[in-house]
Amino acid sequence: MTTADLIGKIIQVVGGLAIFAAIVGLLFFFLDKAPKRGKDWVQLVVFLAPALILVLLGLIYPAIRTSLLAFTNNQGDFNGIDNFVWMFTQPAILSTLLNTVIWVLLVPTVSTIVGLAYAVFIDKSRGEKFFKALVFMPMAISMVGAGIIWKFVYDYRQSGDEQIGLLNQIVIWFGGEPVQWLQTSPINTFLLIIVMIWIQTGFAMVVLSAAIKAVPMEQLEAAEIDGTNAWQRFTNVTLPGIRGSLVVVITTISIATLKVFDIVRTMTAGNFNTSVIANEMYTQAFRAAEPGRGSALALVLFVLVLPIVIYNIRLMNQQREIR
Amino acid sequence: MSLKKTHRRVLAPLAAASILGLALTGCTGDVAAGDKENTDCSDYETYGTFDGGEVSISGTIVDAEADRLLESWADFETCTGIDISYQGTKEFEAQIAVLAEAGNAPDIGIVPQPGLLQRLATGGWLQPAPEAVEANVDEFWGEDWKTYGSHDGTFYAAPLMASVKGFVWYSPTDFEEKGYEVPETLDELTALSEQIVADGQQPWCVGFGSGDATGWPGTDWVEDYVLRQAGADVYDQWINHEIPFNDPQIVAAFDAVGEIIKNPDMVNGGLGDVSSVISTEMADGGLPILDGECSMHHQASFYEGFWPEGTEVSPDGDVFAFLLPSVEAGGETAVTGGGEFPVAFNEGEEVDAVRAYLSSDTWANIRVSLGGVISANKGLDPENASSDVLKESIEILQGEDTVFRFDGSDLMPAAVGADSFFKGIVAWVSGDSTQETVDAIESSWPQD
Repeated sequence: MTTADLIGKIIQVVGGLAIFAAIVGLLFFFLDKAPKRGKDWVQLVVFLAPALILVLLGLIYPAIRTSLLAFTNNQGDFNGIDNFVWMFTQPAILSTLLNTVIWVLLVPTVSTIVGLAYAVFIDKSRGEKFFKALVFMPMAISMVGAGIIWKFVYDYRQSGDEQIGLLNQIVIWFGGEPVQWLQTSPINTFLLIIVMIWIQTGFAMVVLSAAIKAVPMEQLEAAEIDGTNAWQRFTNVTLPGIRGSLVVVITTISIATLKVFDIVRTMTAGNFNTSVIANEMYTQAFRAAEPGRGSALALVLFVLVLPIVIYNIRLMNQQREIR
Repeated sequence: MSLKKTHRRVLAPLAAASILGLALTGCTGDVAAGDKENTDCSDYETYGTFDGGEVSISGTIVDAEADRLLESWADFETCTGIDISYQGTKEFEAQIAVLAEAGNAPDIGIVPQPGLLQRLATGGWLQPAPEAVEANVDEFWGEDWKTYGSHDGTFYAAPLMASVKGFVWYSPTDFEEKGYEVPETLDELTALSEQIVADGQQPWCVGFGSGDATGWPGTDWVEDYVLRQAGADVYDQWINHEIPFNDPQIVAAFDAVGEIIKNPDMVNGGLGDVSSVISTEMADGGLPILDGECSMHHQASFYEGFWPEGTEVSPDGDVFAFLLPSVEAGGETAVTGGGEFPVAFNEGEEVDAVRAYLSSDTWANIRVSLGGVISANKGLDPENASSDVLKESIEILQGEDTVFRFDGSDLMPAAVGADSFFKGIVAWVSGDSTQETVDAIESSWPQD
């Protein structure tokens, strides 16, 4: 690229932005000039249209196309439920599905419980901000970055060589032999899960900490006067007070966990029985050139996310009714 | 509002903009266009001249290799006036079909697998090769290479570069010191391995790690054994699925390789136990030879580029390579290998000119002279190769009696060749039995 090219590109960008601003301005100008009758309606359409079009093009259409693709083979011909038969008969894919279930059971519960406990313990303590930052930090690291960091922690060198992996060095300090952590099934899946928990605990902690602070002091004091101990106050006052936040945290982490891809891909690439649905979906669709199988996996992922979303919506509606 | 204030309001953004501009100018490489007067254009007259023609090329070739690629067509650009822009990415194989379907593909894509070429041709996204390319192929390549660039009787692309697989890298000085001979048959190779074990060393060092393609060096190894033990006919039937993947002859090849890589006495010199075969990066696999911790490493001709700087690659140097021997001494030379195919997604006279140039012996000689690679182009002078191993590789490829077969996993459907075969090797080295492994791969073969 030469300087002239660069200047050309800059002019293009600036020009494009100017044209965009002009069109939007013009649109608003005419919108303002629209006849009084039905003005509301025109405004509604003009303001909603861009979002609607984007949702249609970026969400609804791909969803329909993926659903259709799930019933085709690699030539694009309809093949009934072959892809689903394949999915539930291949041992490798079955272990992928099982792994996803393990992920989605462990990550949200452990990170929420740890995050909640941490939030309660550091609440109103000295240096609260510092302790919060400490746990919140991993949130700022990308999943790929976290994967690479933890890959070093689990690294293996043969016995006798200098270990660069922290975990194996600890094992050696205790007199053990170095282990190929990431290649040893099933422990490797749990070691990957730890990475995700490490990232998500910070999120759970921050949200729950804010919720705990919002629990009215009066209720806690009233409970104290009634002679309850700390645990009873926690289960009977604090927990019901933060129920909404808890549900949000658990569902958000659950959905993030169902979609986990980067960690698995960077650390084991799905080998050694560690694959999860999202990783397998990519592998099938793009590496193996089997878009049908990939789509079928995507569809299963969608079905798994659905109940969580529905539960969330129902809960939101209930809360609105209470108010 | 005072004049001073206005000044500041205008000046600040202006200053910021000019600094940004200056900074961005630093990012652009203002390469002086080659001078037509100072370049010998006699080789390029046949391609014609174009005014402001532009051709975009994309492929898997990156880093130093990409620089050499750019150098190989610099004079061509100067003389013809075609501006070639190249973009290399490791994600090319996964993305190219998506780009093609979206109508967003580059003019030319350098496809490293015939299987991928078939897939793109099936999608109807490729332009057939122009006459000049077909003439070059008929003149400079064997019939088999032309088949790899064809689909359903239409010829799409001539090969670009090539590599010969199935070399065994070793240390000539170490061999001489200990009195080992380069084996001439597979049995001798086994005997040599056992001899080294008896002398108290693990003979082989192996590394199969390669990100999400982990396991592919193992597929090469199995393919080499299938071709040598069962022969070319069985090899062809195998990759075309005329015999199942779990055929006894394939199982035999797996078992023969397994005697080396699944045997803790044989591997993994200087790297760890058998499990380290998978965790060791493919690029690092052979390096313990230099420390004398193992004696042999199986990898293609291109592994020459992976030795650290200063390593002497010659028949009496630090490292050298012999071709994995055949079953019988003096038997025909059977090799597997790989190559790239520059396919075109768009029509255009300048695209055709670039394709014709890339398929010519002129290009092959220029590129090979730059070092590190070879081509199967028969117009290529082996003397241009940058090392003895590469020279030998060119001679093997050009040899009249050589039985050449393309890397099998590149020819199989992607679901097997780029997925379950790799995964199968990983599971196999991790402990699965051969039968379990080949059965699993067989069951993943796409039905159509």
